[in-house]
Amino acid sequence: MNQPIARPPFRRFGRLSRSFPRLWLLPALLAGTLPAAAHAADAPAAKPAGTMTVGFIYVGPKTDFGYNQAHAQGAASIAKLPGVKIREEEMVPETVAVQKTMESMINLDGAKLIFPTSFGYFDPHILKVAEKHKDVTFLHCGGLYTEGKHPSNVGSYFGYIDEAEYVSGIVAALTSKSGKLGFIAAKAIPQVLRNINSFTLGARSVNPKVTTTVIFTGDWAMPVKEAEAANSLIDQGVDVLTAHVDSPKVIVELAERRGAMVTGYHANQSALAPKGYLTGAEWNWGKVYGDYIKLIQGGKPYPHLLRGGLKEGFVKVSDYGPAVSADAKKKADAAKAKFMAGTMVIYKGPLKDNTGKEVIAKGVEQKQTDIKLESMDYLVEGVIGKTH
Amino acid sequence: MAAGTHTHLTSVETDAAPAALVETLRRTLAALRVPLGALVAALLVFGVFMAVIGRNPLEIYQQMFRGSFGTWFSFQNTLLRAAPLMLTALATALPGRLGLVVLGGEGGMVLGGLTAAVAGAAMKNHGHGPMAVAAATLLTGAVVGGVWVAIGGALRAYRGVNETIATLLLNYIAIALLNHFVEGPLRDPASLNKPSTLPIGDENMITSIPGLDVHWGLAWGLGACLLGWFLMQRTLFGFSARMIGGNVRAALLNGLPVARLIVLATFLGGLCAGLAGAVEVAAIHGTANASLVTGYGYTGVLVAFIARQNPLAVIPVSIVIGGIGASGGLLQRGFDLPDATVNVLQGILFIAILLSETLHGRAKVRAKAKGPKANVKMAPTTGGEVAA
Repeated sequence: MNQPIARPPFRRFGRLSRSFPRLWLLPALLAGTLPAAAHAADAPAAKPAGTMTVGFIYVGPKTDFGYNQAHAQGAASIAKLPGVKIREEEMVPETVAVQKTMESMINLDGAKLIFPTSFGYFDPHILKVAEKHKDVTFLHCGGLYTEGKHPSNVGSYFGYIDEAEYVSGIVAALTSKSGKLGFIAAKAIPQVLRNINSFTLGARSVNPKVTTTVIFTGDWAMPVKEAEAANSLIDQGVDVLTAHVDSPKVIVELAERRGAMVTGYHANQSALAPKGYLTGAEWNWGKVYGDYIKLIQGGKPYPHLLRGGLKEGFVKVSDYGPAVSADAKKKADAAKAKFMAGTMVIYKGPLKDNTGKEVIAKGVEQKQTDIKLESMDYLVEGVIGKTH
Repeated sequence: MAAGTHTHLTSVETDAAPAALVETLRRTLAALRVPLGALVAALLVFGVFMAVIGRNPLEIYQQMFRGSFGTWFSFQNTLLRAAPLMLTALATALPGRLGLVVLGGEGGMVLGGLTAAVAGAAMKNHGHGPMAVAAATLLTGAVVGGVWVAIGGALRAYRGVNETIATLLLNYIAIALLNHFVEGPLRDPASLNKPSTLPIGDENMITSIPGLDVHWGLAWGLGACLLGWFLMQRTLFGFSARMIGGNVRAALLNGLPVARLIVLATFLGGLCAGLAGAVEVAAIHGTANASLVTGYGYTGVLVAFIARQNPLAVIPVSIVIGGIGASGGLLQRGFDLPDATVNVLQGILFIAILLSETLHGRAKVRAKAKGPKANVKMAPTTGGEVAA
């Protein structure tokens, strides 16, 4: 018993703590300065009349080459519009912190429109703040709005980025030499599964022998696990990697160093892999934000639930890299043209999952707006991996 | 022996009330001099840092004040951010009085939050009212958090495992357990893209303190700090704890049940962390999900060390750290500074306070060597000498 406990005690803390209890006076002192402070507190910074302050909130760094950068690029394009001033805050966690950031933007910056961009901001944070500030509009990324259930000053938008994943899959399959593709994903949730499946269906539409090996890392930003997953996939013979994590930066850089190829996600990562970057699925939030702001500035009603894909310009496919053959470009462009024309349906029966179970019956088509796709819980045939 | 000292002290104070009052005031000011001096020094160093990267330090200070204490909204924002820190800081501060360095607040909070949500939802689904649900939520979270951190204490007491490493590693296990249960056995099937447990119900949520935009978690935090201070300064348990912190061999020789007290202190610390998790669930999220991993546990360690493990000092330190957090957003938005700016300030503050303790101690020794001016009679006022 002696052994475990016998070690030098923390003498210093004991001795010094003696003089500390009186610190309770500190809040009183601070409170004493409050009246003066309230006097000094100025109104939201002066700005020319007719200017609308728009707030943008990101869950991670806005230079992450990923989810947050895609939104920050959209914000940057809004900043150029006349009569718009933007205020940005990054690294805001999905806690009460984001509620206070929204309110701080309203109270201290005078924001009238806020784009809280992380999926997890919606419930309960945006809903709670929106109830309190009826004169401010909140537009959230995630497509979660339900008419009648949620406050009327809230909107939610999302893009069918799996269309761009489908096109990326075609390019990946036609560029891969081993026929083995790798997908590094954060969590087995419907949105992510849909991207993995669309990527694989795109790949197998041009080469039915291609497989996609999936590794789930468990969370949105796990750079070390992502690097380990990328290494292990390349070691298994995978020669085209892609990802659905907040920032694919580590994966893209690592693939380039090891001579593998990648397709990007969220934003354009071609600068990180000039040789191996084939193409990628990118958000085009500048378009969505621009449309919203035009409506709101004009005092017109705006759609509370807004979704779109390649055709609507919500998402786009990165420019092809140098490793992409003319044939691959042609087939990818053909698929893109069908999406643009609105004639392409990714999920149609008969479709089996990777355990052999039929998930969509013959003759059934699930278009992008189909509610069933929102609760996807399977991996299609050709994907190597498990959802749990 | 300490009891004797205290009695003596009390009688002196009652005999000469005005003189004692003056003396108390003098000592309070003396005690405040060091941490406030360190705070000012940290702000000055931070200002130099800001000047080096081309920002006007005076404007920065003004905006920081505006964002943290300068308006009623900002002050409430600060309090709201301080509330969980008070509880998680106690997870380190209470065992800290025994000379232990416990980093397990994060794990206690996460598991406390998870089990609190499960207990709350179970009570709700059995048809119990808001009071019963709230009681089950808070009680379960607190007890589970306590048991979790006490595992680290028990390993220390009975197996000689370093409690710092043990509690740190328990955090990772707790987060892994949270993710496993939230995405697996305890997942609410309706939570599609943000896996969560079943909700405890809006009607069962903890409300705001009347007149304040801050939830009741703040009252729990303040109460816990006051109780913690009372426990450590005014009870036999606290005396024993401080004796162990002062000299564990002497404590053993005096027949104190050291191992049991270590487990108990870590349990009490974990209780506070678990309560923080339960409050996070009951006041903010209404369910348990990955958003519970907030880092409050680690910020709590910082708070506890700045407060020198004194539960009462935890209150103002939490408010200062909460204020720095609250002003961080304004710095980002107003000056286009990265999010890491406030981390830099927190780091400087931490170093300045720890350094000032050392320097302050030295200065005193030198003053004594020259010949103490202080009245010899004042010697007993350094009550609680046992802790040294």
